[in-house]
Amino acid sequence: MVEIGHFALVLAFALALIQTIVPLVGARIGSDRMMAVAAPTAITGFALTALSFAALMVAYAGSDFSVVNVWENSHSLQPMIYKLTGTWGNHEGSMLLWVLILAFFGALVAAFGANLPASLKANVLAVQGSIGLAFFLFILITSNPFARLIPAPVEGRDLNPILQDLGLAVHPPLLYLGYVGFSICFSFSVAALIDGRIDAAWARWVRPWTLVAWIFLTGGIAVGSYWAYYELGWGGFWFWDPVENASFMPWLAGTALLHSAIVMEKRSALKIWTLLLAILTFSLSLLGTFLVRSGVLTSVHAFATDPSRGIFILCILLFFIGGSLALFALRASSLTAGGLFQPISREGALVLNNLFLTTATATVLIGTLYPLALEALTGDKISVGEPFFNLTFGPLMVPLLLLVPFGPLLAWKRGDLLAVAQRLMAAFGAALLAALVTLFFIDGGSVLAATGAGLAVWLIFGAATDLAMKAGFRSVTFPVMLRRLVGLPRSVFGTAFAHAGLGITLIGLVGTLNFGEEHILTMKPQQTVEVAGRTIRFEGIQPMKGPNFNEDRAHFQLINAGGQVTATISSSKRFYPARQMPTTEAGIKTIGFSQLYIALGDESADGSVVARIWWKPLVTLIWLGGLVMMMGGAVSLADRRLRVGAPARRKSKPVPVASPS
Amino acid sequence: MTRKQKRLSVIVAGLSFLALAAGLTFYALGQKASYFYMPGDLAVANLAPGQRIRLGGLVEKGTIVRGQGTTVSFAVTDTHDTVKVTYTGILPDLFREEQGVITEGSFGSDGVFVADSVLAKHDERYMPKEVADGLKAKGVWQETQVK
Repeated sequence: MVEIGHFALVLAFALALIQTIVPLVGARIGSDRMMAVAAPTAITGFALTALSFAALMVAYAGSDFSVVNVWENSHSLQPMIYKLTGTWGNHEGSMLLWVLILAFFGALVAAFGANLPASLKANVLAVQGSIGLAFFLFILITSNPFARLIPAPVEGRDLNPILQDLGLAVHPPLLYLGYVGFSICFSFSVAALIDGRIDAAWARWVRPWTLVAWIFLTGGIAVGSYWAYYELGWGGFWFWDPVENASFMPWLAGTALLHSAIVMEKRSALKIWTLLLAILTFSLSLLGTFLVRSGVLTSVHAFATDPSRGIFILCILLFFIGGSLALFALRASSLTAGGLFQPISREGALVLNNLFLTTATATVLIGTLYPLALEALTGDKISVGEPFFNLTFGPLMVPLLLLVPFGPLLAWKRGDLLAVAQRLMAAFGAALLAALVTLFFIDGGSVLAATGAGLAVWLIFGAATDLAMKAGFRSVTFPVMLRRLVGLPRSVFGTAFAHAGLGITLIGLVGTLNFGEEHILTMKPQQTVEVAGRTIRFEGIQPMKGPNFNEDRAHFQLINAGGQVTATISSSKRFYPARQMPTTEAGIKTIGFSQLYIALGDESADGSVVARIWWKPLVTLIWLGGLVMMMGGAVSLADRRLRVGAPARRKSKPVPVASPS
Repeated sequence: MTRKQKRLSVIVAGLSFLALAAGLTFYALGQKASYFYMPGDLAVANLAPGQRIRLGGLVEKGTIVRGQGTTVSFAVTDTHDTVKVTYTGILPDLFREEQGVITEGSFGSDGVFVADSVLAKHDERYMPKEVADGLKAKGVWQETQVK
């Protein structure tokens, strides 16, 4: 079975070679038969990659330690779920997952792209094939997951214990569906450059793909953040770690792309910019893959430390980014540019959004790469962390968030800023009230917290205002308004949900960062401590045995004012003998949207233990907001006007010309 | 305004915005990035009082002193020079004697390094990259030890 997997991978590589060359040449010389090769090779290539991945999974499920990869990352006593997820909990397996998802997206275009112009479809699949080609080669040469080990060891070395967790089981697939999903936008852009034209079909196709990738990337980042929060035992949810930034940069650029694609679709303006942004977004995905997979970083996440791989990925990176940008430089001038438009308009607002988001992406990029560049050039080692990002990323976000509610309320072509401002008065009042209450009536309220709370309420009420106004609030009777609300296009709801989700996340951030409590203390059994008005009693420590670990589990009880025990929280320190590695399993109790979080330190002989207890108010909203954003994306995707199987082709509308004033 | 002037003003506005962002970024890089040192580098480092740095090295054997509530003190060494460090809080799971460690904080007036964060990495064979490079430069540690 393992050899079948390896063989399928080699076949998929060969097919990718065909998929790259034949359709490309076919589109060049106008041969329909050669272009028609693209779709079947893409679908078969996906099937073969899936077979290969399945073979590796079977080896993991059966604990086949004659496979080096399985031996290094699995253990016969591991629960089955972690045996299976261990398939992608390592460098080789996760790269295989990467190409599997790449091939999957290619196959989707092949299967559902019947109404695409033939040459566009051929070029898109050829470009997609070429990315696959590079990464198949990378896996086969530097990271073969199917290498054998003779004689086979009796027992495996276990999956890294911090990866033996459900959060990390779903994090990589979600993240890769996002990361790699942007490859489709990239392929469409490069195909358009090769073709030398951007037509209506192009615009209609790019937006849903961007949306799909964005939804998954949002989910991947949210799950990764929650995983780091509960699994690392530090109580933090975002560390501005280069590996996190690696996924955050494509998200920021992808969010910008999502918005510029709207302008392109609705007004056929910003075409060239959208195309460039699509290239940049996937380039950042590739950069992220390089940063994480090459081991150039010093980071809690970087498990791969083989320089030959780094250089290989760097070459792939340079080829695709350099190649696509060179093509862009050569061809962009020959594309028909969109029209200009008024600065005060929906288009104008979306351009501002893009300006802020791309600048924010650039600051994150600099903060991530500068330490690497400095070390390479001067040997100085610096770390760029939260203080840097607070000073650069933070100030960019405040005006952006202030502007968000204006965007959807402004009309296309020519907006009336004053009228929009009037409509937003209620939202503004609510935001001001929230800020003042935070500042004066909540203990520990600071100007920063008040600003954050005000902005969050501004976003949520702004989103609600948009829905109310589009439903005809005040101009029609209530039943009519409700009927209109239901009849609104889904993308309007999508926008409102996504923007409100951002506000919800912000509330979580404000609550956790400003109003949290942290206690570090040594607790003896039966000792109690007051945290955020709640009494917690330490009951004692008990040794336990898991399938492939031993743990010391500490029990805590939450006691109400009447002395009744309302909940028990257990927090433990685990030890995984196979890797000789300890981990912390934080004890978390969710109360409303807030959480009590207990992590253990050292134990003393007398049964006392060092405990770190946090009260994290509204912390779950950080991730729930992400969920709401994803929901917004999904609702928007369901909009019939955005269907992937786009309606009959229509002639592109005449380009609007901005009137001189 | 003519169309040309309008376009120009948009470009000027955009560029000045970018310049502002770039200025802020480079200011922040100068002010907010913390440099990494090994104990032996400190003599020539010329640190300002209270300047935040990252101090890395090995946890010297037999120097970990617990007690004083949740405060822990230990010594960080590059096998030649040694710096005393205090830290209040929970040490990472992989904090052990003779293991690589990176601490972040600043020097107190008594010459003791007060750390507010301690990083040890989540892998039993892992040596923080900076520490490994520093020790290699001093010739006391070889790559083969990690494999």
